[in-house]
Amino acid sequence: MITEALFFSAILFAIGVIGVLTRRNAIIIFMCVELMLNAVNLTFVAFSKLHGAAGQSFVVFVMTVAAAEAAVGLAIIIAAFRHFKSVDLRNINLLKG
Amino acid sequence: MPLFYTFHFYLFGIIAIASAIAFVTRESPVAAALWLVNTMFALAALYVMLDAHFIGVIQVLVYAGAIMVVFLFVVMLLNLGHAGEARDVGAWRGRLAAGAVGVVLVAQLLTMLRLRLPEPGPDVAVPANAVTAVAESLFSENLVAFELTSVLLLAAIVGAVVLARRGDAPGRAEQGGGR
Repeated sequence: MITEALFFSAILFAIGVIGVLTRRNAIIIFMCVELMLNAVNLTFVAFSKLHGAAGQSFVVFVMTVAAAEAAVGLAIIIAAFRHFKSVDLRNINLLKG
Repeated sequence: MPLFYTFHFYLFGIIAIASAIAFVTRESPVAAALWLVNTMFALAALYVMLDAHFIGVIQVLVYAGAIMVVFLFVVMLLNLGHAGEARDVGAWRGRLAAGAVGVVLVAQLLTMLRLRLPEPGPDVAVPANAVTAVAESLFSENLVAFELTSVLLLAAIVGAVVLARRGDAPGRAEQGGGR
């Protein structure tokens, strides 16, 4: 079952990457990042069957960082929305040069 | 591996991937968030099937429960969910979905038929490894990192409040609040 779990994890990660690269809505891009973190968590859990429970404690850390990242990132999105009146990344291009 | 286990492992994996694909392709942020919640539930089931029961519970509580609620709150705050896209599914699509769910349920029942439950002995030892293994790793080798996590969360709270605060709100400066 570990092989299958790694397979599912790789596909989920790829879907997350596709979402980050193709979507334009900042909130959905953020959710795609969460999906990628989840895919990595699945890999950790699958390997923790082989190498002991340290992988599961890493998953706890990843979830903590994901929660912190969601809080700060969504606050940034709210601040950007106040400034640009939009969460479409095509409108947020001041650094594009 | 019993067939029952294998079947459900693939079932939840396919549900996770299909929900993820639906999530990436939705236009409306609310629909996308709900499909992502579905993915996370399927992933929680996979964790439980991989003997990580505690992680499965935490996945449902933290990800599906807390983080996605924060996302939906922001969608609501910024008024991004459009009601025009939240219409009902068409009749043929509803029938198709219901038929697919029915096929899956019948397949589940068929695999259940082949499952032989083990006879519970008089002294079945309760497996004590649901939380114990994680806790041992978390509170011995990774204790410093675990404690530092609290600093990270505090920094995240402060950062979120500072960033989301209305910094140049009219009225605050003239009230002279001392900021």
